[in-house]
Amino acid sequence: MSVVEKVSEQLEQDPTVSAVVVRFAGDSGDGMQLTGSNFTEATALHGNDLATFPDFPAEIRAPAGATFGVSAFQIYFGSDEVTTAGDDVDVLVAMNPAALITNLKDLLPGGLIIADADAFTDKNLVRAGYQSNPLEDGSLDGFRVIIIEITKQVIASVEPYGLSHKFAVRCKNMWTLGLVMWLFDRDRSVTIENLEKKFASKPEIAQANIAALNAGHSYAETAELPSGVEVYRIPRAEVKPGLYRNATGTESLAYGLIAGGRLAEVPLTFASYPITPASSLLHTLAQHKEFDVVTFQAEDEIAAVCAAIGASFGGTLGITSSSGPGISLKGEAISLACATELPLVIVNTQRGGPSTGMPTKTEQSDLNQALFGRHADTTLPVIASSTPADCFDVAIESVRLATQFSTPVLLLSDGYLANASEPWLVPDLTQYEPFPVKFETEPEGFSPANRDPETLARVWAKPGTPGLEHRIGGIEKSYTTGDISYDPDNHQKMTDVRKAKVDNIENFIPEQTVSQGTATGKLALVGWGSTFGAIHQAVKRGRAQGQDVSHIHIRYLLPFPKNLGELLAGYDEILVPEMNTGQLVNVLRSKFLIDAKQLNKVSGQPFKIREITEAITKLLGESA
Amino acid sequence: MNAPQKLTLKDFSTDQEVRWCPGCGDYAILKTIQKLMPEIDTPKENTVFVSGIGCSSRFPYYMETYGFHTIHGRAPSIATGVKLANPELDVWVVTGDGDGLSIGGNHMMHVLRRNVDLQILLFNNEIYGLTKGQYSPTSKVGTKSPSTPDGSVDMPLRPARFALGAGARFVARTIDTEAKHMTPVLKRAHAHKGASFVEIYQNCPVYNDGIFDYIKDKKSAADSRLLLEHGAPLLFGEGQQKGLRLNLKSLQLEVVALGQDGVTLDDIVVHDETNLVLAQMLAGLSAPEFPEAIGVLYCQASESYEHSVYEQIKTVRAKKGIADFNEVLKQGHTWTVS
Repeated sequence: MSVVEKVSEQLEQDPTVSAVVVRFAGDSGDGMQLTGSNFTEATALHGNDLATFPDFPAEIRAPAGATFGVSAFQIYFGSDEVTTAGDDVDVLVAMNPAALITNLKDLLPGGLIIADADAFTDKNLVRAGYQSNPLEDGSLDGFRVIIIEITKQVIASVEPYGLSHKFAVRCKNMWTLGLVMWLFDRDRSVTIENLEKKFASKPEIAQANIAALNAGHSYAETAELPSGVEVYRIPRAEVKPGLYRNATGTESLAYGLIAGGRLAEVPLTFASYPITPASSLLHTLAQHKEFDVVTFQAEDEIAAVCAAIGASFGGTLGITSSSGPGISLKGEAISLACATELPLVIVNTQRGGPSTGMPTKTEQSDLNQALFGRHADTTLPVIASSTPADCFDVAIESVRLATQFSTPVLLLSDGYLANASEPWLVPDLTQYEPFPVKFETEPEGFSPANRDPETLARVWAKPGTPGLEHRIGGIEKSYTTGDISYDPDNHQKMTDVRKAKVDNIENFIPEQTVSQGTATGKLALVGWGSTFGAIHQAVKRGRAQGQDVSHIHIRYLLPFPKNLGELLAGYDEILVPEMNTGQLVNVLRSKFLIDAKQLNKVSGQPFKIREITEAITKLLGESA
Repeated sequence: MNAPQKLTLKDFSTDQEVRWCPGCGDYAILKTIQKLMPEIDTPKENTVFVSGIGCSSRFPYYMETYGFHTIHGRAPSIATGVKLANPELDVWVVTGDGDGLSIGGNHMMHVLRRNVDLQILLFNNEIYGLTKGQYSPTSKVGTKSPSTPDGSVDMPLRPARFALGAGARFVARTIDTEAKHMTPVLKRAHAHKGASFVEIYQNCPVYNDGIFDYIKDKKSAADSRLLLEHGAPLLFGEGQQKGLRLNLKSLQLEVVALGQDGVTLDDIVVHDETNLVLAQMLAGLSAPEFPEAIGVLYCQASESYEHSVYEQIKTVRAKKGIADFNEVLKQGHTWTVS
């Protein structure tokens, strides 16, 4: 029986199959991320809901065939709501033995493997740690395997374009993509357009890749696979009507910052230093100079945050971005921004730590750093985005808080959100409430210490304004005049007012809502950040089975929404799943004196839905 | 707006009590700069002083302009941000040898190579004053200080040489108490587009008193200072009887006396402030073997960083047109769900 026959057989046996997880895996130079993103785009256009998880090594080009150099791209798509990249893999594309050995554990029993036989050479088998060839020794009997000599097929298909062997072989990701696209009935036209655009200056490369794509597709469609097989058809998902595009968290975050600047009517100065996985924010903004964004690649993390602070002093909104280790370097300067009460947005795209840790893997272990990671009493608002699309709104919110409350704001994203993509209902900026900045212009009664009585925000008076010449700095300042002051009572008062200003933000943010479930009950799962998707699905499944479980997802981590304590008190049990060793849970315990339970994972991989489901069942079982 | 009035030194003085030690060289520098400000045709409101941490970095509090007293070593970065936000502003950076060359050395290197249009004034007193007298990266070998009670053993750096090495396109040197020399040097620095680096020999009367006496005292000044003038021969000493000649074998400058061993004015190197190689040689000259160069060592016009940044933005805008951000959100591959 052919593999595809088996696939259709499985579909017949289980007609409820409405979603599939496909993982493309190969060497870091095999182009798996490109393959995955093209498949994602085609899937989005096909009308399925989807989520993706690019998982790649820190090495740019690891030695060919090495297990540590395996780069993977996972996509979960279906006709129902999709909020994670999926727990287990249905279809694994393995471009070499290393890709197979490192990814096989996630493949479902009976799952489909598509393998390039040409890459299973003795050398590659040894490098991956195989004693014998798994394609031949029967060790894959529990799976369904399509073995194709992909490399040979590719070379034949691109032969007319006269490419060297090296460039010809590079087309094999497109050949494989063509095959997988046939399997799932995806339209190739978007990929063809993308290839034409990407290789506009090298038309022969573009044409060869397109030929490979088409060849892979025809291979599956025509003579090469047995007849009588059906294509894997997945119905369209029911989603909110509107115009959609695919977006990674980085893209929607970048657009959100621009949107925030436009709503605040203030230009942006974005200063940052390259660091994985945060750099792509700099790259994205650098492409949008037409929207009052100046981007600056500084010499180091400290220079980046300082340039952003200088830019805020100069009358634009300074924004800086990094990942945990870089944020550590920025710490002293962030406290300067707190002391001088200048607006500033700091984006932390968190990664696995400590130290260099796992730069390309995700974690949410910088919450403590965000809340407490500076010298002295420097309270600043901390907010977190929960999905790639949510990054847009959270970015706007960071700009609003920074400019309305004259304060640095820390925005927490993470490596998963930054790289993962999902269909994004394109927002209409005209539907957002503007929050224009009011720069001070009136010399009469001016003091740099003046505050808005309602928000407690310090006045923003930019250089270039006649009559408002003034000095600010890191030394403690008089509450009334802004001049240097070492007065004991004044320091108490200034410390209190800086804290009161941030605490007061709770009156200007929405109350905490329950994202799924009921406002009281047996159990609430309380999450923040990118765990949203997995918690959402686990709670959905639990509720479908009659479990009394709800989901609360916190965007505002400092200050908390003012009803949060009361809300949490309405549940018998609180469980806090986090990709750290228990950071939010400790804050909730100390702030609300509740016995919150924790569920933690720090493997560099997002939670699986199953892991959370098991924790729910365990807790409800115990407390029932 | 009212017609511009002629401003005076007083208009640039704040009501803050100046808190340097009595006799500090910083007083003289402050006075010179407050006096200079009305002569510079920049509106007061467009003038910004940015400093780091250290004695010299208190400077902005005493200038009735916009000012930002920041954190240790980071003034060049903050100032870069100010210029990126508003290139129209006239930004001065005040720093010291510890602030600008030790903790902030990296930023100093990059602000100079990038050529951000700033006037960077480095008050060099060869000591950490505010932290009570530790040796600094410009202290001479053997400097006894609380952290080096038996004398420092590490090699100091010469600020002007560092600046040239980093690619600065304006490098000058002047002396705290010599307003007549400092004023025109600062005017030149101000007129220069790009990063202007001015090292100011500054006396710390408490922790390093008298280290520049050799060049300041009337008795020894003639022999220990080389007053630079573009296009003029490198002469010094009583009656300008000594000069610097290029030794073609060693490719180094050497001191010669006019009229001795057949030396004439034609043998003396003529100062050319656009000559980088000469500037590097001049920046390295140290007393007592050589006179130390005072004045503009190097000046080479080139485009400033923020100017180029905004030119690039203009080009991009011209190419893309004035785009509607809402429309940009809809770009790329989109699909409609009905």
